Amino acid sequence: MSVPAAESSHGESSQDIPFFADRRKVYPRHVRGAVRSIKWAVLIACLAVYYIAPWIRWDRGPGHPDQALLIDMPGRRAYFLNLEIWPQEVYYIAGLLILGAIGLFFVTSLFGRMWCGFTCPQTVWTDLFMWAERLIEGDRMARVRLDQQPLTLAKLGKKLAKHGVWLVIAAATGGAWIMYFNDAPTVTRDLLTAQASTTVYFFVGLFTATTYLLAGWAREQVCTYMCPWPRFQSAMVDDQTLTVTYRGWRGEPRGKHHKGNTWQGRGDCVDCHACVAVCPTGIDIRDGLQLECIGCGLCIDACNEIMDRVERPRGLIGFDTYTNRAAHERGSTAHPRFIRPRTVVYLLILLAAIGGMLAIVLERTTASLTVLADRSPLFVRLSDGSIRNSFVVKIQNKAGIARTFDLRAVGLNTATLQVAEGEVPAVDAAVGVPLLVRPDSVATFHAYVHAPKTGQAQIGFMLIARAREDGESVDYHATFRGPPN
Amino acid sequence: MPTKGEKDALTGRETTGHEWDGVRELNTPLPNWWLYTFIATIVFAVGYSVLYPAVPWFTGHTKGVLGYTNRGAVASEIAAAAARQAPILERIRSMELLAIPKDTELFVYAVAGGKAAFADNCVPCHRAGGAGAPGYPMLAGDRWLWGGTLEAIHQTISHGVRNDDPDCRQSAMPRFGLDGMLTAAQIGDVADYVRSLSGNQVSVEAIERGGKIFADNCVVCHGEKGIGNPDVGAPDLTAKVSLYGNDRATLVDVITRARNGSMPSWGQRLDPVTIKMLAIYVHSLGGGK
Repeated sequence: MSVPAAESSHGESSQDIPFFADRRKVYPRHVRGAVRSIKWAVLIACLAVYYIAPWIRWDRGPGHPDQALLIDMPGRRAYFLNLEIWPQEVYYIAGLLILGAIGLFFVTSLFGRMWCGFTCPQTVWTDLFMWAERLIEGDRMARVRLDQQPLTLAKLGKKLAKHGVWLVIAAATGGAWIMYFNDAPTVTRDLLTAQASTTVYFFVGLFTATTYLLAGWAREQVCTYMCPWPRFQSAMVDDQTLTVTYRGWRGEPRGKHHKGNTWQGRGDCVDCHACVAVCPTGIDIRDGLQLECIGCGLCIDACNEIMDRVERPRGLIGFDTYTNRAAHERGSTAHPRFIRPRTVVYLLILLAAIGGMLAIVLERTTASLTVLADRSPLFVRLSDGSIRNSFVVKIQNKAGIARTFDLRAVGLNTATLQVAEGEVPAVDAAVGVPLLVRPDSVATFHAYVHAPKTGQAQIGFMLIARAREDGESVDYHATFRGPPN
Repeated sequence: MPTKGEKDALTGRETTGHEWDGVRELNTPLPNWWLYTFIATIVFAVGYSVLYPAVPWFTGHTKGVLGYTNRGAVASEIAAAAARQAPILERIRSMELLAIPKDTELFVYAVAGGKAAFADNCVPCHRAGGAGAPGYPMLAGDRWLWGGTLEAIHQTISHGVRNDDPDCRQSAMPRFGLDGMLTAAQIGDVADYVRSLSGNQVSVEAIERGGKIFADNCVVCHGEKGIGNPDVGAPDLTAKVSLYGNDRATLVDVITRARNGSMPSWGQRLDPVTIKMLAIYVHSLGGGK
């Protein structure tokens, strides 16, 4: 970075705005009010879901995990109530993510950054950490003073206590995370008795560290610098979207107000900075909608408190639309329109995605058949001149019970079928060989199809496996190869 | 060079003191997170150098306090894998050969283990999947020189064919041509006759002449109808597949010189469990009797 040594044609603005601004630490003040109450309720609900969900039991019969929500990495299975997801069905997760994304678009186009302000884990945990901070260090002004005073034993004690509590919360967060990947009661006992695996300790440590750093130290910087969502949410927000709005038509011109003075000829905003003091990202909402605003609405509570005190109507700051703001500048009012092309399109996409997911889940089969022809040798000539092909046959039994599949080969004349496993003798290929597949597993068989020489290099035929227990049938188009002459 | 601590008038920041054509460079220190990360990597490097092999030296390198080596790590992983496999290998070792295929778990394991051992030891001659090659029998087919039962296959793998193992498969086809036992014309007739056994069209005269010579010289081993004898490794000549080739020139060559192929005694090279697994794998290729 270089600058001319001599006086030059520098514009004023480039002198005032530094290349890099250090973070100004935000000390949000505590506030009471309707929005704050909703935020507490959402926080408790989110944490309750997070901590309770892995403890819900769900009976799947013997030999299967009884945890309602479980991602079993070593076992290569994900369990969600009655749904058991195999690795090749990971697109279910993609479907869930698509549902989440479209749902987010839909809500954002209606109500702005509801997700950011109320339910985002970053917001929930930062709120939780700020609550602990306030209990130990006091509210905004006490914290500002504490940070400014020199290090004393009392200050050290408070800081240690705060970080200790933060670490405990962070550890509980990381500890709960791994319960989604392990049997919750078992892993809890193992953790408490120091018998859990290195992997478990690693991930508890990892999520403890990230929680502590993101919710304790990084806070609003995650939203403004790290998260991509604020950058492209403007694509969903339009003039009709409800966002946290300072109703400037009511507030301006702002200024200090003394009790008993007239409200004539001035706005309701008393320039008390309460909205700035409570903001968790440290912005002034009166500057209009900005990237840093996570839409938490705490400034609404703060302003309402002040409006009550100065005996002016509530709602100087509230959820409102840009259209209404523009209308007031013209002297009229505009009510928000919820039904508009954007929301309708999002809703339709959302419904289509839900429908698609439902169709996939409902059409899910509990068996599948995969056939791989041996390539060395492609075919075997036998003493009597006939031809034999060998196939690796994999039968997936996703059902919770063992099933016997009759494997048949259809479409070849006078063929016989033999399976190496279990010393099954050769039988008429159209009759089939019974193959037992254990519950919830893939069984591999080596099947030999034996047919007279035809002079055709390739003959298409079908391998069909049909379960005796429930009649479920799966098939595979295979090719019988032989010498072309 | 200017003295240190010079301030830039415009920004109020220190300069590095470097100046080019009137342009001076501001001193912009590294961000702290960068600096601390850099220091952390140095601390890590020192710790790593003490604990692990690190510094090259004329006679080798420093060994590190932990005594870690890549070879040692591989050896311990191999030992751990062997320890995991030990129980099931012990069951295969102690179990009667014929009983193993009846136990599905052991059978699947033996086929997998046999396949790996086959790829290491047998594929150069018998080809992947036992596809075979001229002179090297196909193992996926149903024509066996020394018998296709599990026990016969196990015996053949254990001791091999025509080698220095006293228990090996032993037999010798005479060199009918080289040793002057048959004339070239007679050999041609026998070759024609043999071709007729597997369904090829040859002249009636050749069959008649060749059949007599066959009856006089070949039936001891190959049998009256030419169906062969696994006790002496005599191939079935009626089969529509052949070891060296079924054209007349190849048959003439085989009868003239006698090929008498050989196979190593694998019992001298591989452990008994591996040989059992190999036998089960080969038997499972589709042609086992």
